Parts: sequence; structure tokens; C-alpha cells
Amino acid sequence: MNPITRFLFELQEITNLLWRAMKGLRKKPRYFPEIVNQMDAIGVGSVGIVVLTGFFTGGVLVLQAYPTLEYYGAQSNVGQGIAASLIRELGPVLSALMVAGRVGSAISAELGSMVVSQQIDAMRALGTSPVRKLVTPRVIALLVALPLLTITADIAGLIGGGLVAKQLFGLDINTYISSVRTGTNVNDIVAGMIKPIVFGGIIGLVSCYKGLSTTGGTVGVGLSTTQAVVSSSINIIIADFFLSKILQSALSSTLF
Amino acid sequence: MTYDGLEIPANLLPDEWDVNDAIDADDPEKGRLVPAVEFRNVDLAFDDQVILSDVSFMVGRGETRFVLGGSGTGKSTVIKLVLGLIKPDAGQVFVEGEEITHLDDVELVRIRKKIGMVFQDGALFDSLSVYDNVAYRLHEARVPEDEVEHEVVRMLQFVNLEDAIDKMPIELSGGMRRRVGIARALVGNPSIILFDEPTAGLDPPTARTICELAIKLRDIEDVSSIFVTHEMNNLEYIGSEYAVLDREGNVHYELAGKTYCLINTKIMMLLKGDIWFTGREEELRASEDSYIRKFIRGK
Repeated sequence: MNPITRFLFELQEITNLLWRAMKGLRKKPRYFPEIVNQMDAIGVGSVGIVVLTGFFTGGVLVLQAYPTLEYYGAQSNVGQGIAASLIRELGPVLSALMVAGRVGSAISAELGSMVVSQQIDAMRALGTSPVRKLVTPRVIALLVALPLLTITADIAGLIGGGLVAKQLFGLDINTYISSVRTGTNVNDIVAGMIKPIVFGGIIGLVSCYKGLSTTGGTVGVGLSTTQAVVSSSINIIIADFFLSKILQSALSSTLF
Repeated sequence: MTYDGLEIPANLLPDEWDVNDAIDADDPEKGRLVPAVEFRNVDLAFDDQVILSDVSFMVGRGETRFVLGGSGTGKSTVIKLVLGLIKPDAGQVFVEGEEITHLDDVELVRIRKKIGMVFQDGALFDSLSVYDNVAYRLHEARVPEDEVEHEVVRMLQFVNLEDAIDKMPIELSGGMRRRVGIARALVGNPSIILFDEPTAGLDPPTARTICELAIKLRDIEDVSSIFVTHEMNNLEYIGSEYAVLDREGNVHYELAGKTYCLINTKIMMLLKGDIWFTGREEELRASEDSYIRKFIRGK
């Protein structure tokens, strides 16, 4: 299969998986406890890495931007730049990439192992739809958890930036907070919340698809795990560009 | 039409079994006329490789059908077709008289409730305890927990594993995993059990235990089964012994011919997509066919 045919085939299969996962919500059983478990594993379990990523990204942004802004005498505006870049871009993208690495790999490996050990066949033989039982809860958990994780990363990043600005450069914290507030508007927040919803869908669907299409025993599990993380990450970065453009056009014409 | 090498008169083989007639009839024995599983002219190929070619056979009620054959001859495919996990390219598959070939996954749930499946390595859910594995079907059906517990204990007693109820699958030996797999397959009292090489890689005593469970299911529980294997000792046990209950309710295994004849076990051998042999154990062992001789004796 050539790469273009394979891409189109996978796109078709992932779209089909999305359709079946959403259909799973219409009828009973709906597996709400499973959705809650996945939210705990995906959401609560990822708070640590997301906070660390956000905190140090905010810190390094200030570290790099402050000397340049100081050169122009605009150091009091440092929070404005940090807030804009974190909330619009870095918060959603970095959170999604971290979750893709941590959760996407786990989902793909778990489902892949279940395929090669015939647990998926056993589930179907016992009258349960694996899509409804395994895919729907994971995708929903990611759709809900990733925006919340992004907010956490944004807040941690702003705190990290503030600490660096105060401790290393001696900027007054009230000046920093005021500048952050000036640099944050509703458009940024809305865009920053829509992106992680899309990214969550990408991570969930790509990882579940890669896991469920595993072949070739334990080697295949390793391969599908790698593919899940790489494919999710690339798709997140590509989607971010197009989403930014679409949201920029849409939000600037409708809001403020 | 030819089934299992026998010519069946057309008047004994209607186009489609009337399940309701058979099941609702005053005479419960009438229901037994409908085969548990039936393949009619089934073809299946993966890419250019032919797996099954015009395969037709029936498994009667209470019958055990051995499916023998080397690796890659389509043995496990037969089981997957019965469960509807894969669809044939042509032909029809019937389960208790109902054609399942064109049913979707939602409709197949109803059919799969009648079938228990024992996988090669047990295929237990690693994240669930033995209790939850065996109770899986009941939990899915939202059965009250006290009923679930009663049924799980009963099934684990059947496979002599009630002490393992709280263990995780990782703590079990290979033989115990298969027995838990059997207990899980038996929940809901399915009328058909499918065994996919259930003794592969097990030591002889454990393999014997698994075979005894299959004999018990056939002779005491009246369950129909398809037993896929390439191990001849499975055939030796199940094809030549039957189970009887004594007055105290204990199960004994006797050799066929001692008191009763064994008529509810048949063998089917697959080769190159075709049914190469059908018959009874002694006919298989007496066969002069070079492939069968090689399969039985290894040379």
C-alpha cells in the first residue's frame, strides 16, 4: 500500500471509529463508571507532568523575553506576551503533546495487548462491543480532561513566568499580574479551550485505532504504540496551524 | 446435498429451519432436530489464500465435533465464523437454525449469548479478577450481585477452581487460566461451546482435566461443542470416553463400549480448505490416507 492510499485508508477507518464511538453513546449500556475511571487515569494522572511542563515553559519564556523587552524599556509588558503565547498556543499544544506521550502510548499499548492476547475477541464473543466499552470512554475522557489540563498548564505557566520575573529580574509582581490581565482576552481563552477539545479527539481516536489494529504479537504492540504517539503528535501540530487560522478568522469577526 | 460425506435426502434438509416450530413444540425432543451449528457451502479466502472452500457440515444437539488439521488449515477460522467474528465470502452459517451470515454486531449479541468460547490461552481480562472475569457476562447484563456471586461460585466449582476466586489472572498457571476461561464461557448456560486449542502447551494431566470438563459438558450438561485441536490425546480422551453420574452425584469416566456406545462425537479434518475426513475416532485411526497417517503418527 502506498503512503497516500494508506493515509486515506487510515483516515476512513478513524472516521468510522469516531462514528461508532459516538453511536455508542446513544444506546445502553453507556459505561459511565468506565468514563469516570478513564478521566481519573487520563486527567488526574496527567496533572503532574502538565503542571511541570507549563511551569517551566512559562519560566523559560520570561527568561528569554525579559532581556529583549528590557532593552526597549518594555519589561513591564512581559506578562502580556507570556499570557498570549501560553493561552493561545503553548498551553494547548504542549499539554496535548505531553498527554499524547503519556496517555496515547498507554491506550495504544493496552488495546494492542488485548488484541494480541485475544481479549478483544473474547469481549466480542461475550457480547460486548469493544468500541462501546473501550473506545467511547477513552475518547470522552480525553475530550473532557484535556481542556481542563490545558487550563492547569496555562495557570502553572503564568505562575512560573511570574516567579522568574520577580525572583530573577526583580519585576514587581503586581506589574506582572496587571500585564497578564491586559494581555488576556476572551478570544484567546475561547481559542485556547477549543483547541484541546480537538487535540483530545485526535489523541483518543488515533491511539485507539492504532491499538485495535495491532497485528504481529508483542513486536506489533511496540510498533503500534510508537505509531500512536508519533501520529498523534504530528496531527496535533498540523491541526494546530489550521485551527489557529480558522479560529483567528472566526473569532475576530464574531467576538470583540 | 452432501453433508459429512453422506447424501442427505432433500426432504430432510429444508431451506431454512423453522426455529420457533422446533423450540415451541410440545415435544421438547423436536427441538433437537435443529442442528446446533450448520455450515452450508462456506467459502472464505484471505487475499489469495483459500481458507475454506465449499465447506458444509452440521453439529447436532449434544454433539462434540472435533476439528483437526495442521497449522493454517482454517480450524480456528471455523470457530470465528460460528461467532460471527468474521464473515464468509460465500455460503451460509446457521446457529440453532438461524442464519447469522448477514447479521450485524448488534444482532450478533443475541446469537453470542447462546455460545461460550474457550480461547487458546484463556484470553482472560488481565485487569479483572477471576471473579470479575467469570462474572463478566452477568455484570454486562446488570444482573443483581447476589445472583452473580452464586453463579460465579457454581461455575468455579464446576472447573474445581473455587479457591482462585479472588486471584488475578497473572497469578494463575496456564491450566488454571484455561479452566477459568471455561467457567467464563459457561456462564449464562450457553447451549454451544467452542474450544480453540484449549490444551495447547499444557502438561498431560492438566490437558486431561480440560478434556474431562469437555466430556462432562457433552454427556452431563448436554452441551454441543466444536473442539479445535491438533493434539491427538484430546481425541483419545474425548472420542473414547463418556461421563456418567453415580447415585451420589459423583462423575465417573468410562471407556466407550464398556456399558454404552459413544455416538455423539465426530471428527472432521481440514486440509487445503476442504474437509479431508469426517467420521469417528476408530475410522480415523484405521484410515490408510497418507496425510491422516502422517498427522496421527507424525511420519
